[in-house]
Amino acid sequence: MASASLVAESDKEIQGRSLSQIAWRRLRKDKVALAGGFFIVFLIVVAIFAPLITHITGGPPNEYHSDLVDPALGPYGTFGGISWQHPMGVEPITGRDIFSRVLYGARISLLIALLATAVSVIIGTVVGITSGFFGGWVDAILSRIMDMFLAFPVLVFAIALAGVFPEKAFGLSGTPLKLTLLIFVIGFFSWPYIGRIVRGQTISLREREYVEAARSLGAKRPYILRTEILPNLMAPILVYATLIIPTNILFEAALSFLGVGLPPPTATWGGMLSDAVIYYTLPHFMFWPGLAIFATVMAFNLFGDGLRDAFDPRSGR
Amino acid sequence: MRSTRKRAAVALIAVAALGLAAACGTSKSSDNGGSSEPKLDNKALDSVVNASDQKGGTLKMGLGGAWGDSFDPGDTYYGYSWDLGRNYWRTLVMNKTAPGKQGLELVPDIATDLGKSSDGGKTWTYTIQSGLKFEDGTPFTSKDIAYAVSRTVDRAVLKQGPSYFADLLNWPASYKGPYKSPKNADISSAIETPDDTTIVFHLKQPFAEFDNLASLPATAPVPAAKDTGAKYTTHPVSTGPYMWKGNVDVATGGTLVRNPNWDASTDPNRKALPDQIDVKLGLQADDLDNQIISGDQDVDIAGTGVQPAALPKVLQSKELSARSDNPVIAREWYTQIIGTVKPLDNVDCRKAVIYAMSPTSYQNAYGGKFAGGEIATTVLPPAIPGYKDTDEYGLKANPNGQESKAKDALKKCGQPNGFSTTIGYRSSRDKEKKVAEAFQQSLGKVGIKINIKPMPDDTYTSELCGKPSYLVDNKVGLCVYGWGADWNTGYGYLAQIVDSRTINPEGGSPNFAIRVPEVDKLVDQLAVEPDAAKRAEISTQIDQLVMQNAYIYPGIYAKAVLLRGKDLTNVFLNDAFGYYDYTALGKKQ
Repeated sequence: MASASLVAESDKEIQGRSLSQIAWRRLRKDKVALAGGFFIVFLIVVAIFAPLITHITGGPPNEYHSDLVDPALGPYGTFGGISWQHPMGVEPITGRDIFSRVLYGARISLLIALLATAVSVIIGTVVGITSGFFGGWVDAILSRIMDMFLAFPVLVFAIALAGVFPEKAFGLSGTPLKLTLLIFVIGFFSWPYIGRIVRGQTISLREREYVEAARSLGAKRPYILRTEILPNLMAPILVYATLIIPTNILFEAALSFLGVGLPPPTATWGGMLSDAVIYYTLPHFMFWPGLAIFATVMAFNLFGDGLRDAFDPRSGR
Repeated sequence: MRSTRKRAAVALIAVAALGLAAACGTSKSSDNGGSSEPKLDNKALDSVVNASDQKGGTLKMGLGGAWGDSFDPGDTYYGYSWDLGRNYWRTLVMNKTAPGKQGLELVPDIATDLGKSSDGGKTWTYTIQSGLKFEDGTPFTSKDIAYAVSRTVDRAVLKQGPSYFADLLNWPASYKGPYKSPKNADISSAIETPDDTTIVFHLKQPFAEFDNLASLPATAPVPAAKDTGAKYTTHPVSTGPYMWKGNVDVATGGTLVRNPNWDASTDPNRKALPDQIDVKLGLQADDLDNQIISGDQDVDIAGTGVQPAALPKVLQSKELSARSDNPVIAREWYTQIIGTVKPLDNVDCRKAVIYAMSPTSYQNAYGGKFAGGEIATTVLPPAIPGYKDTDEYGLKANPNGQESKAKDALKKCGQPNGFSTTIGYRSSRDKEKKVAEAFQQSLGKVGIKINIKPMPDDTYTSELCGKPSYLVDNKVGLCVYGWGADWNTGYGYLAQIVDSRTINPEGGSPNFAIRVPEVDKLVDQLAVEPDAAKRAEISTQIDQLVMQNAYIYPGIYAKAVLLRGKDLTNVFLNDAFGYYDYTALGKKQ
């Protein structure tokens, strides 16, 4: 399949297309990646309009429906209390609507994952370019720092940090502070993945003829970085950012599962899974948030893979 | 790459289908139960089930997780530990091994009779039986009891037991316990042993319920020569019918075998039916439930009832409900309302919290009326003398909370639009988390905004909710908590949790909130009042004062759904502990 598309691209009629145009043509043919992409768009739309949607269905995510559950036996009715109002059933004990909680959980997961990814992309790009472009001792030091971050026991650090972090900091407290903390911790420890890729790409780019040409014409370093190197880095950065997002979603879910995520009653997928463990005889409770995590991570991975293949057909095996 | 992606997509669909199938399967089975009222057997609450004198067999006891504290009689505070421990220790007096309320009666164990008080209740004298032996055959005397009590003074070595002896006996000012003070230190101002069969305790203040203290595990004899301090838990020397085979480990457990130097004729209280007791720790709690259901284990030592996952099974299956009991235990789950945190310093703001909270949601958080308990309206649980069925705030009549009354109270306290405060709970306790969420939900309806703050269990009492300055600095106005009686009297239940003088600026007291000077005075009266009926009256007064001052939101009087092992004989619940009596159990042969 990959070789077939290569043959198609060697036609002279597509000459003069930009990289992104070429990539988009390839991506359009990749049904699996597109499905992933559509799911992501769908998820984002649903997350944004969560309050509207839940207004029609089971109500706010933290509202109790004690009349729908038996405190000892679990939700009344089939599938854990599935009805038109509660399409995914309700939680044991509290009777909170699982559909609402999954939707609001999507907001938290996407918000944290996207912002954390932004943090890691920014740090990773800056450090990677600096390291790759300047080389020498700068590269040596920055590379070792990246190694150090990659070897760092992040989960342990995150748990410890959540335990000792003060109630109030940076003018924030409660949920906003925890949210910031999570974004920072997750983003701050995943930048070396981007950093390494960017560094490698920069090293190969800086020896290219057009960079040599610009340099010989007297272009200054900042100019070269801005106009010659950075645009050519956009593709790998975009691809790897897409591939880091699912990792970050899983990381956030893991932290929430371990109880160091956002404080209750905020709905998070990891937190819902953690709540569900003791009710393992009521699998619907664990099933929906689990499915949400699974599908989202899968969608981002499929889309990210497709994006990589589209930008760099040589990697498509 | 492509093929793997296709495979992954197929896997996704397969997993989704499987999940749906699983969800179908279980929901069907839970439908069968319907909502008919479960009938639990409850026979072991006040009578002996499968009464038997047949000896032999191996009793299998298990616990989810590690042992709560220690196997050392001087270093343990868990109720199940006190219950099980009576198999390998004997104390001066003990609770009768009999079903239900009969278990509250104190009977002599090592002693020949209950204590004799003199000096207006400041001096208590016990005579002990002669010829009793440790597990190695060496006889023990009153001096070994004096030594055992004196070692509990050293709270740095033995941290986990109750501190009654250290606090109440008249120790010399310089005395720091046998580990730090010289061996021959004179402690006669606190304990005297004029001969091998007499022991005399001297208290700072008169104390009417000293026999209850004499029943604490701390009065079990400890041979000074074999005392290894904090390591004594690995093999506490037995004086009872069983002894540890080799060592016992707080993480994995051990095996109790018959003690050849225990003489049944000196001990009418213990039947000692099984030949061996396996104590297996570190089990997974859900797995333990399943093993008891199948008959592979006999007893869940923790005695707090089956886990939420097994609960529907036990309530719905005839076979299982026929071997289950639903006792009310001398424990209450409640929430303390911190009067030092604004605006809860105003009694009407505290009342607003009480009115706004839905009692049913508190009950549901603990699993409903069987697994959780009945809605509480007082500080004292019903098992404690002095409990009076009063309902200051109409909680039972209004199981969903009283919004209008809460709003009135808010107006009175000058916060008509509500206020915001923080609720703390022990993060490993799922039920307490649900309580915190329920508070947030209920109080939110009247404009009281609640922030939820999970706190680590191990520092909850010592540095967080138990530390007055922390509460004020962090505006923590509510703390989810629970308390069980050290012994079933007003003093045994209340002394640690309502007396404002127990509140330590450095933290550590289980009383986070209650500061009522009249209550403190009544606690003093409670300690010295010789007449039990009057003590019960004083307890009632304390209860009502605390409720009127709205320092406590009473949650539920704790209950538990206990499941008896398939082959257990001689099973009954001892009200002194709220557990099955672990010294009475036997095994069908």
